Amino acid sequence: MAEIGFAGVKKSYGDTRVIHGIDMQIADGEFVVIVGPSGCGKSTLLRMVAGLETITEGEISIGGRVVNGLEPKDRDIAMVFQNYALYPHMSVYENMAYGLKIAKMSKAEIEQRVQAAAGMLELGHLLQRKPRQLSGGQRQRVAMGRAIVRDPSTFLFDEPLSNLDAKLRVQMRLEIKQLQRRLGTTSLYVTHDQVEAMTLADRLIVMNAGVAEQIDTPMAIYERPASQFVAGFIGSPAMNFLPAEISGDGRRLSLTHGLDLRSQGLDLGNLGGRTVRVGVRPEHLRLVDTAEAELHLLVRLVETLGADLLAHGHLVPAEGAPSEAAEEIVTVRLPGVARVREGDTLTLRAAEDSLHLFDPETGKRLADV
Amino acid sequence: MVENRPLVTYLSHGILLAGILVVAFPLWMAFVASTYPPEAFNTGVLPLWPGDHFWENYSTALSAGLQAAGGVPVGLMMLNSTVMALAIAIGKIAISLLSAYAVVYFRFPGRMLCFWTIFVTLMLPVEVRILPTFEVVADLGMLNSYAGLSIPLIASATATFLFRQFFLTVPDELVEAARIDGAGPLRFFKDVLMPLSRTNIAALFVILFIYGWNQYLWPLLITTEESFYTVVMGIQRMVAVPDSEPQWHVVMATAILAMIPPVFVVIAMQRLFVRGLVETEK
Repeated sequence: MAEIGFAGVKKSYGDTRVIHGIDMQIADGEFVVIVGPSGCGKSTLLRMVAGLETITEGEISIGGRVVNGLEPKDRDIAMVFQNYALYPHMSVYENMAYGLKIAKMSKAEIEQRVQAAAGMLELGHLLQRKPRQLSGGQRQRVAMGRAIVRDPSTFLFDEPLSNLDAKLRVQMRLEIKQLQRRLGTTSLYVTHDQVEAMTLADRLIVMNAGVAEQIDTPMAIYERPASQFVAGFIGSPAMNFLPAEISGDGRRLSLTHGLDLRSQGLDLGNLGGRTVRVGVRPEHLRLVDTAEAELHLLVRLVETLGADLLAHGHLVPAEGAPSEAAEEIVTVRLPGVARVREGDTLTLRAAEDSLHLFDPETGKRLADV
Repeated sequence: MVENRPLVTYLSHGILLAGILVVAFPLWMAFVASTYPPEAFNTGVLPLWPGDHFWENYSTALSAGLQAAGGVPVGLMMLNSTVMALAIAIGKIAISLLSAYAVVYFRFPGRMLCFWTIFVTLMLPVEVRILPTFEVVADLGMLNSYAGLSIPLIASATATFLFRQFFLTVPDELVEAARIDGAGPLRFFKDVLMPLSRTNIAALFVILFIYGWNQYLWPLLITTEESFYTVVMGIQRMVAVPDSEPQWHVVMATAILAMIPPVFVVIAMQRLFVRGLVETEK
């Protein structure tokens, strides 16, 4: 069991800096997910923990021991790869036993550990098969079995579910979560899939361009995104962003195109007169009576998902021609039973505290209203 | 072909049969010739069916050889050929596996220079470098030895290149998984790369064994003692005898005998050979 520490961790390839300094502590037994778009440095960070990439600057410690100079095998970690990376010429049993054999463990001990892991992962009947005779999900299990038998202090997962089909992915996601709960092993998991990230993580690291934009619990990140990037990346469909202005006295928030967004009970004195970017999640826009409406959405396109319904359109003034519509497309998520057709004008109101204000230059969060 | 046209079928079979005949007829004639007494060749016309001197001719060839050509038994020459061909095939595979491994998996100064130097030697077959090589081998005192027969032919760009290409297709993640499992470089080579290269090794073994077996010019150059003659050069020496008629019946028996080991190697390794050439195990 181990906690993982990052202290000013940086990585450069020649002159190109890909990780700009990560500082954080992962507690013993915690499940931390690193999420971000491709090329954000999330896999590099994981591989630095594994010892597959050198650390340019800073320190990574596992269980209180600085591991910068240690070989992967001496770091007490196990890794699950995206392509499983099973040895194609070895049977399932040999694949799982290989690391233990190299560690010169006794035959009986290896047998016992492999059988235990195989039982846990329901691989018992497949032990003599070769990897190519297995399905994707089974291969994934073997890869996990290979990690479990080592009984490491830390599991590292590098997008382990990306090669599976959608249904299997959901199933394996649950299994990974249960397994981690049962074993209580500290885990670091990299993914670009935000659903995976939200469901698996105790804590989430959202990375962008080599910087950890926000490190927090999934719900905290969802509710109070630290930056416009995080707000747009977490949540599906993505948050709507609209350019807006705050009146000089901080009592009114209106879109740049002149439509009022919110005026009741507003006190943004310190931000008075600023231009901001307003973010609102599709699921936080509610259908209301005309009297209560803050926004009017002219629906251009409707997507029905069964349980839900997505309406995409433009904001328009309460009265007047739709031609004055704002350019930005706004998406609303409504219950599937709502009857909405293209061309309708919806009267909407954003839930309390669900309008997020971001600085248009830095993207940093300013306030919620 | 999905088409079913009898004429095309007959025609294509006819062409194939003709091809087989063209290839097989000389072999058949060699076999037939090796079963007659020496007098049979004086007429200049050879019968189409085997004669009755099979055992005599083959036992003469195997045990005694031709007196006029130095009297080296074919059995000994075949042994020499086998030793040489095996040494070349195994040596080449071992050397090129290791050099390809070094070039692909290790970062060392001059890595690409090494690779290109190896690659450039593709342009220099044995015949081109035969005089300098002879000089070197002679200076090292390796004339008339198995080492002299095989070592100069072992360095191989082709095999190195082939293994390099194969190693490049092995996913990086496999290397990383092995590192995490704690396998050192040699362990990874032995436990993962070698088993994965199995079919490639088999295919190369077949090609290289035949290459080694068929060496003619090099053994001719560096062996002067009969006990190191190889069978391919031996056949030529049997034909070019001074002051007498070539003993065709023994020459043909020797030729047939010389063909057996390569054929045997191809047949024994055929399945692996084909797999090694057409597919990579994933």
